[in-house]
Amino acid sequence: MTIRRMAALAATFMTLVAAPLAGAADAPKAITIATEGAYAPWNFTTADGKLDGLEIELANNLCDRMKIKCTIIAQNWDGLIPSLKVGKFDVIMASMFITPKRLETIDFTVPYAVDPSAFAVAKNSDLGKLGLTNEKFKLEDEAAAKAAIDKLKPLLKGKIIGVQSGTSNLEFLKKYFADTVEIREYKTTEQHDLDLAAGRVDALFAQETALAATLAKPEFADYTLAGPGFVGGVFGLGTGAGIRKEDTALKDMFNKAIGEAIADGTIKRLSEKWVHTDVTPVK
Amino acid sequence: MIDPGFFLEIIPKLLAGLPLTLQLCTLSVLFGFVLALALALAQQGDSPFVLWPIRTFVSVFRGTPLLVQIFLIYYGLGQFRPNLQAIGLWWMFREPYWCAIIALTLNTAAYGSEILRGAIRNVPRGLSEASLALGLTRLQTLRLVILPLALRQALPAYSNEIILIVKGTSLASIITLTEVTGIAQELIAQTYRAMEVFIAAGAIYLLLNFLIVRALELLEVKLTPYRQR
Repeated sequence: MTIRRMAALAATFMTLVAAPLAGAADAPKAITIATEGAYAPWNFTTADGKLDGLEIELANNLCDRMKIKCTIIAQNWDGLIPSLKVGKFDVIMASMFITPKRLETIDFTVPYAVDPSAFAVAKNSDLGKLGLTNEKFKLEDEAAAKAAIDKLKPLLKGKIIGVQSGTSNLEFLKKYFADTVEIREYKTTEQHDLDLAAGRVDALFAQETALAATLAKPEFADYTLAGPGFVGGVFGLGTGAGIRKEDTALKDMFNKAIGEAIADGTIKRLSEKWVHTDVTPVK
Repeated sequence: MIDPGFFLEIIPKLLAGLPLTLQLCTLSVLFGFVLALALALAQQGDSPFVLWPIRTFVSVFRGTPLLVQIFLIYYGLGQFRPNLQAIGLWWMFREPYWCAIIALTLNTAAYGSEILRGAIRNVPRGLSEASLALGLTRLQTLRLVILPLALRQALPAYSNEIILIVKGTSLASIITLTEVTGIAQELIAQTYRAMEVFIAAGAIYLLLNFLIVRALELLEVKLTPYRQR
């Protein structure tokens, strides 16, 4: 018996002994991942009722790497975190930002994407004439972020802004624009898109990539992304997969798989395919 | 697990949505009652040109969910903005507030008209014949004899409908109105404590409906003293 075989045997023996001891912390063989299914191009429901989008493809890719069976389901945005907590599914992949407030309740993997948030407005409005400035402000850099926000305020004064409820985008508006604009909250971004087209709101505030996908549709020909993009602060560390605090083994598996997907360019490839820009988190 | 301090914290926040909830149900119950009465009276005749449109309206609004009606009136009509602007109604359909009131009003008018139609029909025929024989005009007969009896008879069934509308206002949160349920959902998004928040919101509706039921019971007692002992 060679040393290598002995080592393999020993390893098998160790797993046999260790497995029952590991108990709950043991890595699962099959998991359920929940997404919103209403946030194109990140995750959405196709006309024939299937889930598709960047995160759906990424989830399947990660599950292949981890060699576990994944079922992907759709769930209302506002029910995602409560349902994860009570065990209706095991992982959230719904373009959810890793924010300090969410971290009090659940845990997150490392980020798999970083995508700034910005305004979408009519091209002929004050802010629309400015266009997308391609600047990105980190909210941690308070002086620069404040200057950028103060520049936006007069352009948005008294406007009605549509935003999805329960999001970091709403938190951002409440924190920095509550005294300037009227905030209107929607259950899904698809609904605020409809109201922008109907002229019930003057602007939307959401992730740049999601807004870009909306504005590419013909009924939004008169609208544009405008002003700078914002990251950090209430937006947290980027987009990650939400996991229950006690599921540490699962979190480690995901972190490893996401690390691999970043390293081998999978995330870059998927993001260029779906959102036409590279959202890979930079170290 | 349930923390009383948390309730004390969220209840005032939820109560901030109560004025909007009350406005939505008061206005739609009032408008809805007027419309329901008009529809019920219009159905006392037998012209098919009057009956058919009303029957269609009633069966559409009774046969579809209120949620679908709110969605159709808000998001559905939102897509006809140029047409609505052309006829000068866009100012109303632009606002989620008026869309919610329109949907609730039409819904309660459909149910209410059926309640009132039945109640009017149940007033004994002999009574209206007698008042006509006494020389009262048709309008006087309606105002002095038929309606007082019919409305009194309809009250228990109508109070049920009012309660349904109070609960129906909770659907207004889906078109961006932050009434009690809208605030509840916002609080859950902030705290992730669905259980406590929904219990508190449910208690507010329960109390509100209890007060409405009591008030209508007192009204019923006042209107039908002969039934009480």
